[in-house]
Amino acid sequence: MFVFNHYNKNMENSHVIKVEKLVKRFPIGKGEFTALNGIDLQFSRGEFAGLVGPSGSGKTTLLNIVGSLDTPTEGEAFVLDHAVSRLSAKESAWLRRKELGFIFQSYNLLAVHTVFENVEFPLLLLDYTAAERKKMVMDALEWVGITDKAKSKPPQLSGGECQRVAIARAMVKKPSLVLADEPTANLDAANSHNILKTMENLNRDLKTTFLFATHDDKVISYLKRKIYLIDGKVDKDEKIINQ
Amino acid sequence: MIKFLLKGLIRDKSRSRLPFLVVTIGVALTVLVHAYIVGFMGDIIEINARFSTGHMKVMTRAYEQEMNQVPNDLALTETDSLLSLLSKQFPSAEWSPRIRFGGLIDVPDENGETRSQGPAMGLGIDLINPGSAEAKRLNLEKSAVRGKLPSEYGEILLSENFSLKLGVNPGDKVTLISSTMDGSMAFYNFIVSGTVAFGLESLDRGMIIADISDIRTALNMEDAAGEITGFFKNGFYDNDEAIAEADRFNATFSDNSDDFSPLMVSLSSQGSLGTYVNMVELWTLMISSIFIFAMSLVLWNAGILGGLRRYGEVGIRLAIGEEKGHVYRTMIYESLMIGFAGSVAGTLFGLFFAYLIQKYGINISGMMQGSAIMLPTDIRAKIQPVDFYIGFIPGLFSTVIGTMLAGIGIYKRQTAKLFKELEA
Ligand SMILES: Nc1ncnc2c1ncn2[C@@H]1O[C@H](COP(=O)(O)OP(=O)(O)OP(=O)(O)O)[C@@H](O)[C@H]1O
Ligand SMILES: [Mg+2]
Repeated sequence: MFVFNHYNKNMENSHVIKVEKLVKRFPIGKGEFTALNGIDLQFSRGEFAGLVGPSGSGKTTLLNIVGSLDTPTEGEAFVLDHAVSRLSAKESAWLRRKELGFIFQSYNLLAVHTVFENVEFPLLLLDYTAAERKKMVMDALEWVGITDKAKSKPPQLSGGECQRVAIARAMVKKPSLVLADEPTANLDAANSHNILKTMENLNRDLKTTFLFATHDDKVISYLKRKIYLIDGKVDKDEKIINQ
Repeated sequence: MIKFLLKGLIRDKSRSRLPFLVVTIGVALTVLVHAYIVGFMGDIIEINARFSTGHMKVMTRAYEQEMNQVPNDLALTETDSLLSLLSKQFPSAEWSPRIRFGGLIDVPDENGETRSQGPAMGLGIDLINPGSAEAKRLNLEKSAVRGKLPSEYGEILLSENFSLKLGVNPGDKVTLISSTMDGSMAFYNFIVSGTVAFGLESLDRGMIIADISDIRTALNMEDAAGEITGFFKNGFYDNDEAIAEADRFNATFSDNSDDFSPLMVSLSSQGSLGTYVNMVELWTLMISSIFIFAMSLVLWNAGILGGLRRYGEVGIRLAIGEEKGHVYRTMIYESLMIGFAGSVAGTLFGLFFAYLIQKYGINISGMMQGSAIMLPTDIRAKIQPVDFYIGFIPGLFSTVIGTMLAGIGIYKRQTAKLFKELEA
């Protein structure tokens, strides 16, 4: 595969995510807008954490950089010891393909493909045999409790079911890190709790690290670590030790 | 992955059916128009060849200079030996002597007084000799309207229009008034054996056809002929070969210091036909290019629209970690499949319609009134081997080029905006 020559071998006590003095500025007209203003954060394997804060506080921007979809202006974000700012387009695609799962507010399933095929898609980009894929997809559908809809297509599913499929798609390759931006924004309360419980279970069983961006109280109530962002800065970092 | 893409392609109707239809229609039109142009232009060439130019023609140098005036005083003499020479040394073609002449046809009443009279364009050909292909070449049998073809000397064919104008019927006696090779008046009596209609405006006006031996007698042209026409035995005009044969003949037998020495000219070096021959090739090329270009634009737009529709899909695939190059290539593969399927279907449709036009023709005689060049009144397509693949040029190329242009958007896509875009 790829040789990551900027692989941070010297990092002791390696973290799933390590963000150092991270600054992100966007050009606006002639000036600039600072969306992230010196963020320092570390996440260990198996965390169930969320970026919490008002609209415009920089949650999505941070998720973007951690997801190697965007690069920092200053500072660095290490994702599984890869320095995001130094990844080429191919390398960051590889990192996403291999190690990251994404869950979006609006599911983003492929409408003409069945549930099975939607969940199988990330595996098609990796080197699995058909038999392996089938097993992995069925497992993932079982995790989210939607095996009976494997042959359905997204337009036939409810919003809650769609988001379950999206979770299965993010989880099927057992990524190290799942990034979820407002995953419950389009769901009612009952479905939101369902989804969150599913993710909580997966986090516990598979030790997958979850990082949310949200201002939904329902989501916040499930988080084991809440990082409050205000104006691109970490305001509070609360860890719930005793559960 | 291929299976996955195929499923998407087949299930998503606007990804497959619409572009498929566009390609099919475009390809069908390309094939049809191509076959039509080749047929139309080929017909023009062939008709002019049969009635006028031959695939090649031998004349005296002087006759060639004033060909339009049919100067029979400058005709070839000793044609029998020239004919046997041509048959021996230029066997790729069949050679026949012809005499073209102008004159008046005079129709007498019972008392021998002129009942009606009209100017005629005459053609003397090797008609009665059963071994001659001339009657077939001019399609006389099928063009017959009344009566029969001349089977004896002293019989003549009139064009149907001309006979109606003169008020003569098969069996009637007519007199040809013309001038002999040496310039004195010529009178010769014929019996009208029948009438013909060629469907060619310029011929149907005042054509008369008789056996060349009658005309030789009438015009005092024993063993002479205005021209000797040659037709390739395989039936098709080949410009390169015709020019080569003419050059070969002229190098040996033509003497440019002697006005009466024979000269061979190809169809393309007679009058405006050369331009036509070149035009056929040029038009074919132009039509194909125009179709390729126009279809590229259409498919480019279809590609952009399709791309917009698939914006979300491309976004999610990039987010999941598919490389841009890979997404782009899969789009190209899809367009190749669509282009191929559409080209196959379009070629079949195009050939089918071209076949219909080839078989039944389209009558355009209404548009051809009074035309000076010989144009066919029926347009027929001509399907050629190239028509089996010419549609693939616009069908495949345009589809792929359209997709390539539209797909550039994938490379312009900033992953940094994906999350925001996918939220919508
Ligand atoms: N590409 C961009 N160009 C310019 N400004 C941007 C860009 N992306 C984000 N911003 C700005 O950065 C700030 C933080 O945006 P971000 O999307 O991270 O907020 P957020 O916390 O996710 O908000 P929300 O809860 O509404 O999703 C906003 O003020 C936004 O306008
Ligand atoms: Mg956001």
